Order: sequence, then C-alpha cells, then structure tokens
Amino acid sequence: MGYIIEMLNITKDFPGIRANDNVTLQVEERSIHALLGENGAGKSTLMSILFGLYKAEQGSIRIRGKEVSIEDPNVATSLGIGMVHQHFKLVQNFTVTENIVLGSEPRKGILLDTRSAEKKVESISKLYGLAVDPRAKIEDISVGMQQRVEILKMLYRDAEILIFDEPTAVLTPQEIHELMQIMRRLVEEGKTIVLITHKLKEIKAVADRCTVLRRGRCVGTVPVASTTEEQMAEMMVGREVNFHVEKGAAAPKDVLLRIRDLDVKNSKGLLGVKKLSLEVRAGEILGLCGIDGNGQTELIQAITGLAKAESGHIFLREKEITNLPIRERLDLGLGHIPEDRHRHGLVLDFNLDENLVLHNYMQRPFASWGVLNKKAIKDNAARLIEEFDVRSGQGAATPARSMSGGNQQKAIVAREIDRSPDVFIVAQPTRGLDVGAIEYIHKRIVAERDKGKAILLASLELDEIMDVSDRIAVIHEGEIVGIVQAAQTDENELGLMMSGSLRKTPKGGQA
Amino acid sequence: MSIKILFEMFPIALMFASPIIIAALGGLFSERSGVVNIALEGIMMVGAFSAATVTVLLEESTVLAPWLGLAAGLVAGIVFSLLHAVASVNMRADQTISGTALNILAGGLTVYLCQIIFRQQRTRAFSNGIQKVTVPLLEKIPVLGRMFFIENYPTFFLAIFLVFFTWILVYKTPFGLRLRSCGEHPQAAASMGINVAWMRYFGVMASGALAGLAGGIMVLTADIQYTLVTIHGTGFIALASLVFGKWNPFGVLGAGLFFGFSTALSFYAKDITFLASLPGEFFYALPYVLTIVALVVFAGKSVGPKAAGQIYDSGRR
Ligand SMILES: Nc1ncnc2c1ncn2[C@@H]1O[C@H](COP(=O)(O)OP(=O)(O)OP(=O)(O)O)[C@@H](O)[C@H]1O
Ligand SMILES: [Mg+2]
Repeated sequence: MGYIIEMLNITKDFPGIRANDNVTLQVEERSIHALLGENGAGKSTLMSILFGLYKAEQGSIRIRGKEVSIEDPNVATSLGIGMVHQHFKLVQNFTVTENIVLGSEPRKGILLDTRSAEKKVESISKLYGLAVDPRAKIEDISVGMQQRVEILKMLYRDAEILIFDEPTAVLTPQEIHELMQIMRRLVEEGKTIVLITHKLKEIKAVADRCTVLRRGRCVGTVPVASTTEEQMAEMMVGREVNFHVEKGAAAPKDVLLRIRDLDVKNSKGLLGVKKLSLEVRAGEILGLCGIDGNGQTELIQAITGLAKAESGHIFLREKEITNLPIRERLDLGLGHIPEDRHRHGLVLDFNLDENLVLHNYMQRPFASWGVLNKKAIKDNAARLIEEFDVRSGQGAATPARSMSGGNQQKAIVAREIDRSPDVFIVAQPTRGLDVGAIEYIHKRIVAERDKGKAILLASLELDEIMDVSDRIAVIHEGEIVGIVQAAQTDENELGLMMSGSLRKTPKGGQA
Repeated sequence: MSIKILFEMFPIALMFASPIIIAALGGLFSERSGVVNIALEGIMMVGAFSAATVTVLLEESTVLAPWLGLAAGLVAGIVFSLLHAVASVNMRADQTISGTALNILAGGLTVYLCQIIFRQQRTRAFSNGIQKVTVPLLEKIPVLGRMFFIENYPTFFLAIFLVFFTWILVYKTPFGLRLRSCGEHPQAAASMGINVAWMRYFGVMASGALAGLAGGIMVLTADIQYTLVTIHGTGFIALASLVFGKWNPFGVLGAGLFFGFSTALSFYAKDITFLASLPGEFFYALPYVLTIVALVVFAGKSVGPKAAGQIYDSGRR
C-alpha cells in the first residue's frame, strides 16, 4: 500500500514559537492515521498546512506520490482533501444546507437551487447516518449537530482525504460510537482519514497507525495494534500518566446550591428544563450527566445567569440568586467554566493576561482608583501560566485567538479554579485537553472539593463523570431522572437512565 | 390632511426617497461583504458632482445628457470607492477611519474640481435635469396611478427595480450566499474556497456604483447644480435606512420611503392644518432626528452582518 499523503520535513513558525519543527508525516491510503500530542504540540497547525490554510516555511508535501503546493483551501479541495476544524467554521445565521453547499452550490439558472441542495444534504446525511435538519439555522442547533454539519461539508465535496481535528471533543458517547463506525465505513469506501484526538481509547478503537508530536517535533510513528494506551501517553507527555483520579471519600456539609422547581426555556422557546430541583453540598462533587441537549446547557445557563429562569428558584447558600445580574452572582461566590469557550469563556481579541482577570480586573491589586495595574495583571498571568502549564507563543502577551484550543481551555480553567468559588459550575472542563492536562485539572477540582466547595460538574464524558464525581445526577428531557452514588453505579445503569428507560427517584421527589 | 396634499406629496417624497434607497442598497452590498462603508455620503457627493458636470458639458450636444451624467456618477462612484476598498481590504485600515477620510476628501475634491472646470465653487447650473414622466396605461389605475405613475421621476422606478434586483442577487443566488458569508464569517467562507478579498472588493465597488448613481440622481432631480450642500447628509440617512431596514433590501425600501416622506413633510407642513403651527425648522430637522432615533433604537442589536467592520485575517480562528 502506498502513501497517499506525505508531509516531509515540515517547519512552521509563529510569533515566538516554532509550531512544527521538521515534522514528517506519512499516511497510508485507505487507513485511519491518528495524530497525537499535547496541547500546543502543533497538530492543528500541521493539518492546516495540509489543508492550505497556512504556508510552511520549509518542507514539501506529496499527495498520491506527486509533489504539490497547496496554496489555499481551494487547491486542497481539488486534491480531494477535506477538513473538519477544531473550532467550527460555520455561518451562524445560515441554514445547515447553506453552510454545506457554500462555495459549490447547485444552481437552477442563475439562482441557488435550495430544494435540490436540501435533497442532496438529506441523502448524504442518511447515507452516513449523520442526522441533521437541513433547514435549521446553525445558531439553533446543538454543538453535536454542528459537528455533523462540518462532516457533511466534506462529504458533500467528495473529499478522499478527510482530516478530523478533534471531532469527538464535543460528541456524546453514543455519537462518538457512531462516528467511529462512520469512519470505518468511509475507509471501506476508499477514503483516508487523519484523526486528531486526545482520547487514546478512540485511537485504539479505530486507528491503524499513530504519529506522536511533542512540542512541535515528531516523536515517532507506531502501529496502534501493538502499542498500549500507556505507551502512547508516555510517548506524548514524556512521563508516565495516571489515568485514574485519586481522591478520598467526600465529606459533604451544608447545602450551598439549591435549585427549586426550575423552568428554563431553550433556544426554540420550549421548556428545556422542567420543574427541576437539585442540591449541591459543600465538599462534594455532583456530576450532571445526560445525552447532549437534554437541558444541561439551559440548567447551567440559568444558574450562572446566561439564561433567564421562567419560574422556580435558585439559592446560593440562603440567598436567592434567580434573577440577579451575573456580576452579583459571581461576587456572591459563584464560579463557572463554560462549555463554549469561545462564546462565554474568553475575549479572543484580548491577550492571555487580560483574559485571566476578566472577572476581577477592577479589584485590587489589578486596579486601583479605576486604573489597571498592568504589572499585577502580568504577574498574575505568569503565575497561572506556570501553575497550569498554559503554553503559547508569547506568554502572557499572546492574543487568546492564536492559542491552541487546549491551551485556551487551560486558561479558562486556570482563571476559574484560581478564584476558588464556593459554588463552582464546571461544564466540560477537560474538553480538548491532553491526558496530562486532564490528570492535573481533575486533581485541582478534587482539591477544591476538599477545601469545602460545592461543585457541579457537567460532562458528556462518562468516564470523567464517574471518576471525578461523588454523586451523579442524570438529566433526561429537562428532568432529573435519578441520583446515584458514583461508587455504586456503572456505565450501563447511567446509560439506561440517560435514555429515560430507568428512573431512580420518583418524579418531583427530593433530589 | 386633505387627500389632495397627500397625493401632491408623493412625487416629492419619492424624489427624495430614490437616492436614499439606492445609496442604502449600496451600503447593503458593502456591509454584507463585511466592509462598513460610512463613506456613502462622500461617494454621493462625488457622484453628484460628476453627474452635474457631465450634464452641463453635454447638454448642448445631446438630450441624453442627464442619463450620461448618471452613468458618469456611477463610474466616478466606483473609482472613488476603490480608495476605500484598497484601504480596508489590502491595507487593513480601520474602516470607519477610511470612510471618514473619504467623506472629508469628497468635499474638498469636488469643490477643487469645480474651481478648475467652472472657475467657481459649484458647477454651472444645468438647464434640464431628469424629467418627470407619466406612464401610459398605468396612470389609469385608480389611486395607485395617481401616487406612482403620474408626473413622477423615472429614477423611482429604477430604485424599485434595484431593490428587487438586490434582493434576488443577495438572497437567491449562489453569489449572494457567498457575499453574505464573507460578511458573517469570512474564515468559514475562505475555508470553502471563497476569495474573501475579491468579494469585499465587489461589495465596496457595488456600494460605490450605487452611491455614485444615487448622488447623480439626487443632483439631477432635486437640484439645479452641484454645490457643497447638494447631498446634505443624505448619505448618512441612507446609512440609517440600512440599519433601520435591518440590512434587508425591502427593509431598506421601507426605511427609504419613510425618510423620503419625512423630508417631503417639511415642504408641505404649512399646508397641513394641524402641523402648520409648528416651526418649519422642526420639519427640516425631522429626518435627521429620526435618523438618530433609528440608530439609537437599533444600535447594539446584532441584526447586521457579524463580521462587518472586521479586518479579515486568514489565520484568525
Ligand atoms: N495563527 C496563529 N498565530 C500565532 N500562533 C499560533 C497560531 N496558530 C497556532 N499558534 C501556536 O502554535 C502552537 C501550536 O498550535 P496548534 O493549534 O497547532 O496546537 P495543537 O497541537 O492543535 O493543540 P491542541 O491540542 O490544544 O489543539 C501553539 O503554541 C499556538 O499558540
Ligand atoms: Mg488543535
């Protein structure tokens, strides 16, 4: 079998950092090739070069044995290369169909043939089992569905080489399972896949070979079948990684967060959360799990003030916060790691140091008499960068937008954990993080618990929920269908509850 | 208000509305492509100057002079707007500053050229601008005929045509989809193989063409010569119509008519009993006050193209 993609001795510099340093990647035709590496190792950069978004300073690319110069994505597309980006490139107020056909639209005369475009989208989505609503606007659909739209964009263009940049970071376990099957089917049909992921399980499940990057350099390429997850993790981080969260038993105390009969509308104007009641105590981590789109987002947004509660009450300690402005909630001791890091977590055009004081920029020592103290802000950034190992080209002065996805996430997590809020709402905290970073973040969340904070952890990652939480609340169609002890449950039971087939507490009962 | 006055107001209102609508459509193209164009005012001035000059110079030799004048306004608008395109697309300048520069430049440039060509601060007066027309047959339609088809400027029909044309081009064609994607999410557009720079050039040039044309229409219907105050803020009113009309061609049409009528009102207020007691200045100020109100009411509501005003950077994520 020949190599369909050969990227030879690629070097790419960004301000302050060499993102790819003499990297060579060779991918066999009709195979799934995994690309593994720490956050900021240069994986997305390497694939952006292959897709024509960046130009390498050095090195050459061969596709099907022919040397090519990929000037822009057009060239990549004509070479049959398609890419699903880590951060979606979707026009929010266009429909699913419009996003998919953009750039190669079916026409009727001079007009856009929307009807046949929709039909074609529908047929491809059926063929590969990627459920989407062709007429829905992107801004109204879930992150999971947006992901499927991105995949459909490539398939619509008959791409032969498919690049997936962390496609599973935002999917539910079921969706991941389906995606894996889709990938296998694509390979059977003659396509070649490059898969960037931090999840070693997925690499084990579908990939044939795996190339490991560390700090811009190529560490090696290994056959997946004969390499263990531990070995891959070690190759990538350079040390042994502990996959299990070490923690003692919880010592829950007073209820710090109390939710009573909460109703919240979703973006479609329907009730996404219905008469929901929940309590989180000091010194415990309550996991919130459910299939994506069952009200987790609405619940969290209502608690943090990003969405309005229709009715019901939210108490922080004894104080009702249901209708308080966000700033006051934060000042009362609420903290939040948002699930959408670009929309709610960072100001992308600010530098890293400014992003790290987004909440407390106007408090001492970061400001006095209404004037920012740049030095204090820088020092704060330097400390957090060190503590949380946030990697970027220009340190504290790096624009957030130019940071790698995982490092953006680390920056948010660092800021929020450092505030050490009494009630900590944590949504998808390790989305897009490498195994080393996940290990560290989990440790810090448990440390917060041990300090007596109340933590609500929402995650689509069942392993994370089961490993980190003390109790687990399962949400289904906007209702809590059960609360179980993490130590006494398993994936099966949670799965049944998540799909609504099993209830552990009577409706409306004490949560 | 008697019905008669209302009917009389129509031609005047439509005369003012036409350039507003057309210039606002220009702004629509530009902003949909992602470039904020506050230079509509300046482009209209350049268009008006060119149209008046060509009309004056050619009217001895051809009856088509005003129409050639309009064509000249359109071309001059394109050329002038290229400055904005180069600044905001190639040189990545701040679009508000570049637009402001064009607005300032337009006044000086047109007066300077008047000095050279006519040895005064204004163009010579033309004897005939664009003539009103009465459309045969259609004029017989009850009510509507009197409103739109008797003694009306044909430029209004042009404006209506352009509204439909813009709507189809921007909302119904692949080209329009691409144009809008550049104004919403240029990185997404680029990743689908769309040349964002080219699209933005098109957007700005289309705004130049339409605003230049609008300037020509304005001088050739509502004035007798080009002076520094011929356009008197109409470009900004067009900008307000764009915001008011939610960046949609039909919204722009509605907003343009609204502003056209509020301008016409200042001429007819003294004939309308319950308005006559108000001072005339009130009505002269009205369109501008409404402009400010429209901008305040709609400011901050993110109904416009998301990436309008953003410098496009392909590496941005
Ligand atoms: N457009 C850019 N401008 C400046 N620096 C950049 C840019 N893109 C990436 N970098 C830098 O290059 C390095 C590699 O980034 P890249 O996004 O390739 O990492 P990654 O391996 O995909 O990481 P992650 O797993 O976190 O997504 C990072 O340090 C990042 O800050
Ligand atoms: Mg990446």
